[in-house]
Amino acid sequence: MIHLVYLARLRDALGTAAESVDLPREVSTVRALLAWLAQRGGAWTQELAPGRAVRVAVNHDVARADTPIRAGDEVALFPPVTGG
Amino acid sequence: MHERDQREGMAMSARVQVEDFDVAHEISQLRAGNAKVGAVAAFIGLVRDLNDAAAISTLTLEHYPGMTEKALAGIIAEAKQRWEVFDALIVHRVGKLEPADQIVLVAVSSAHRGDAFAACEFIMDYLKTKAPFWKKEDTPAGERWVEARASDDDAAARWQR
Repeated sequence: MIHLVYLARLRDALGTAAESVDLPREVSTVRALLAWLAQRGGAWTQELAPGRAVRVAVNHDVARADTPIRAGDEVALFPPVTGG
Repeated sequence: MHERDQREGMAMSARVQVEDFDVAHEISQLRAGNAKVGAVAAFIGLVRDLNDAAAISTLTLEHYPGMTEKALAGIIAEAKQRWEVFDALIVHRVGKLEPADQIVLVAVSSAHRGDAFAACEFIMDYLKTKAPFWKKEDTPAGERWVEARASDDDAAARWQR
């Protein structure tokens, strides 16, 4: 089980702020997680399509495509930041 | 990292808050009566009433609690590694703001202006591209999320070694 957090414009587009999910064994990286979520169809497929600007943090640290994901992790998906 | 800061007598800090901030008070706290401080550089970001040709009535700032504080502390720590600074402060507001409101304060104290200016600009450039804040504007045509700018990425890339 991992905890997923969606922020800002991505949360609005996906219509959800957070969820806990059980991942299939083969979904063990950020890249695989995004591909797995994109299979849900609709906004998920559209927003998480390859090439879309989606940033990911694992346990509050910026993650890359090959960053591993393990049970208990908090994984956040969000658009490029616009603070300051 | 916090423990290390305390050990070295530093009070470097980053705060995320709804309330407004008083620049004079914050800089006074930053200086902490240390007569070795010869320079303080500060940047204040403000809400403009016009963005991308649309009138802005309110600006709503959102962040990712937990990651934000970690990211800001990391940016300050990196600035301290690169330049000779006594102390650095980031105060960033969240919630609903109006034109002319203060959004962010970055202040750096150092012995000399060169380090203070550079560290202040570095912190601001990294904050804009790495700290998890997002802006939503309320315009006459409705609400819209602000898009990230390539010019901000370019500004941050200048500091990569």
